[in-house]
Amino acid sequence: MADLINPEVEWARRLLEGDATAFTPFVESFQSKVFQYTWLMCGQREDAEEVAQDTLLKVFESFDQLREPEHVKAWVFRIAKNYCLMKRRRSVFAPERELSLDELMPGSMPGSDSHGIAASEWVPDARELPEQGLLRRELNHELETAMQELPENYRSVVLLRDVEGLTTAEAAEVLDLSVDVVKQRLHRGRLALRKRLAGYVTPAGKVSE
Amino acid sequence: MNSTKHQHGPADDACLEVFEKLSEYLDGELSPQDCKHIQDHIQDCVPCVAFVESLKASIQAARDLHPDEPVRELPDELREKLKAAWKAALQRRAG
Repeated sequence: MADLINPEVEWARRLLEGDATAFTPFVESFQSKVFQYTWLMCGQREDAEEVAQDTLLKVFESFDQLREPEHVKAWVFRIAKNYCLMKRRRSVFAPERELSLDELMPGSMPGSDSHGIAASEWVPDARELPEQGLLRRELNHELETAMQELPENYRSVVLLRDVEGLTTAEAAEVLDLSVDVVKQRLHRGRLALRKRLAGYVTPAGKVSE
Repeated sequence: MNSTKHQHGPADDACLEVFEKLSEYLDGELSPQDCKHIQDHIQDCVPCVAFVESLKASIQAARDLHPDEPVRELPDELREKLKAAWKAALQRRAG
């Protein structure tokens, strides 16, 4: 029976058993996920596409080394991360720097009172926005830009945890970091994205300039 | 604790302590004691609750992110190469 939560796990198990019918869904699922990751890490279409293709090829070349199909996603992203590191061009990456909590906390919150948050601090719930609506597309575009502008050490963690859905332990393993460092970077990266989105969309649903 | 008993913001040590742990709180990775501490803190503090909600919304937006760049179809040649690599890996595994 297919793994309803992680179909990739089931496809990986079937591929290890030689089941060719799992090949196409596995490739299509990971092609999309890996491209999303490499695009947001590399910032250039050509680089992202090349890294994603190199990753897929390496995945299949190394398939006999996949020991734990239940962790196939982390295994694939570890390969993708290594190819990103090899490919990266400093010029298109946001500079590495540390984000402090002080700069990410709400400041004096102008416009807020003791009963609410400032209009400039509000972030819309994407699930409540129309699927194909302008605001949702604008929010998505702004988030993508904000993601690419995050310092790389935070971006890689937010991407793996929130965008790709890896667990904290899996993200730590992919990035060769301790769980505590992953948690710290994830939190600061999230706060940075929140701050960026909060200044972009107002409660009235109007995209600010 | 209510909003009249603490000054919400960077200058407030209690708020700083909460801010530092909000992601772990939302991810369910805190101990029951730490979790209760945060719940007690934000219970009656409207600005803190609003901040948590805005953080939750931005995390949700990241989970729903779809890159503007569309994924192109893999060239047939590469697809065949991937399949050949998989078959070779299976043979090594069997051998």
